[in-house]
Amino acid sequence: MADQSTPTTATPEQRTAAIEMVLRRSGALPDGFVHDFIEHAGDAWVTSNGARMVARAWTDPGFRARMLADGTGAAREMGFEFPEHHRHLVVLENTPDIHNVIVCTLCSCTAYTIIGAAPGWYKDVDYRARVVRESRTVLREMGLDLPAGTEIRVWDTTADTRYMVLPVQPAATAGWTADQLAAIVTQDAMIGASRLDEVRG
Amino acid sequence: MDSLHDLGGKQGFGRVRYPYPAHQETWEPLLRALSASALKNHIYNMDEFRHAIERMAPRHYLTAPYFERHLTAVATLLVEKGLVTAEELEALAGGSVPLAGPIGPGRPAPPAQSFALGERVRVKNEYVSGHVRMPAYIRGKAGVVVGISPPYPFPDAAAHNMQAPPEPTYDVRFRARDLWPDSCDDAMNHVGVFQSYLEKAA
Repeated sequence: MADQSTPTTATPEQRTAAIEMVLRRSGALPDGFVHDFIEHAGDAWVTSNGARMVARAWTDPGFRARMLADGTGAAREMGFEFPEHHRHLVVLENTPDIHNVIVCTLCSCTAYTIIGAAPGWYKDVDYRARVVRESRTVLREMGLDLPAGTEIRVWDTTADTRYMVLPVQPAATAGWTADQLAAIVTQDAMIGASRLDEVRG
Repeated sequence: MDSLHDLGGKQGFGRVRYPYPAHQETWEPLLRALSASALKNHIYNMDEFRHAIERMAPRHYLTAPYFERHLTAVATLLVEKGLVTAEELEALAGGSVPLAGPIGPGRPAPPAQSFALGERVRVKNEYVSGHVRMPAYIRGKAGVVVGISPPYPFPDAAAHNMQAPPEPTYDVRFRARDLWPDSCDDAMNHVGVFQSYLEKAA
């Protein structure tokens, strides 16, 4: 039973509506801003951006080299954008013997304009607490059982650099076009929770 | 600040829920847009926003879903920035509105000292009561610089609305067994570290 001496907490909907009223009356919320922002986020900040970068890196050695040297430049070259506080995109190259995995232990920072909004598990306290210290165990629990000889590289997004993983191209997809390849690249593979090993030709 | 948001390496947590059920409350995209609008209008900056989340009561922080934390931070900042009083916000919302704890003093950046790729560095043994982007698990630990990123305002100052000179951040590589000897999986741990948190390693 609720404590009668204090008012009930407003629902998130009510609190969000109150915030909207305050911003609107202060002049900080032009008409149409919310609609345009939500529409733009849904259209432009999508996982297929990163997937197209990966597919191009697999099919275009020159682009691959540029992407590994300067992820931001490679993303801009393909017409993708960054918010002001994402100053740098670093692309982490997986190999048969090296596996990269990304986390943000302090909050849930992600290169969301490139790989899409962070999935729920990435934002959960269990992942944030454990993957830095028990990387191999956590990945195994998530279905990625890496060979003992694989070097695991964990990247904690604690500054304003953002990261994405360049997965190893599955052998079964040799000869595919960039469009076909982009369709198999998942957000989880670009975070490092999977390696696309399940992809068959 | 050493609060519960700083989760890296904490023990006792459980299995990661994976795959995670896709679900989005209708207010979440609206709140995200509202916060973007406040940022764009310089009502607060990203560091102030992050610090407001960190100042949430630990019990609330750990039990709040992701966007509840954002909601609490935005409400807190609108009150702190004087756009609305807490009482008026509650009247508008029709109920109580949880806010984060009060903000303390920030700190200015120390004199600049730059580092080179491949250089061995140590994370300063600092305890900061305001905003800081150094996860506790690397405090006092030594590693190697493997990447350098463009300058960004010093967060410990920016989160407190102080002058925050831009400074580079470094990707620093640590060995997991140096961070948690005898109690970790073997790995190379990379952390994005602001220049002011580092010193040359002996």
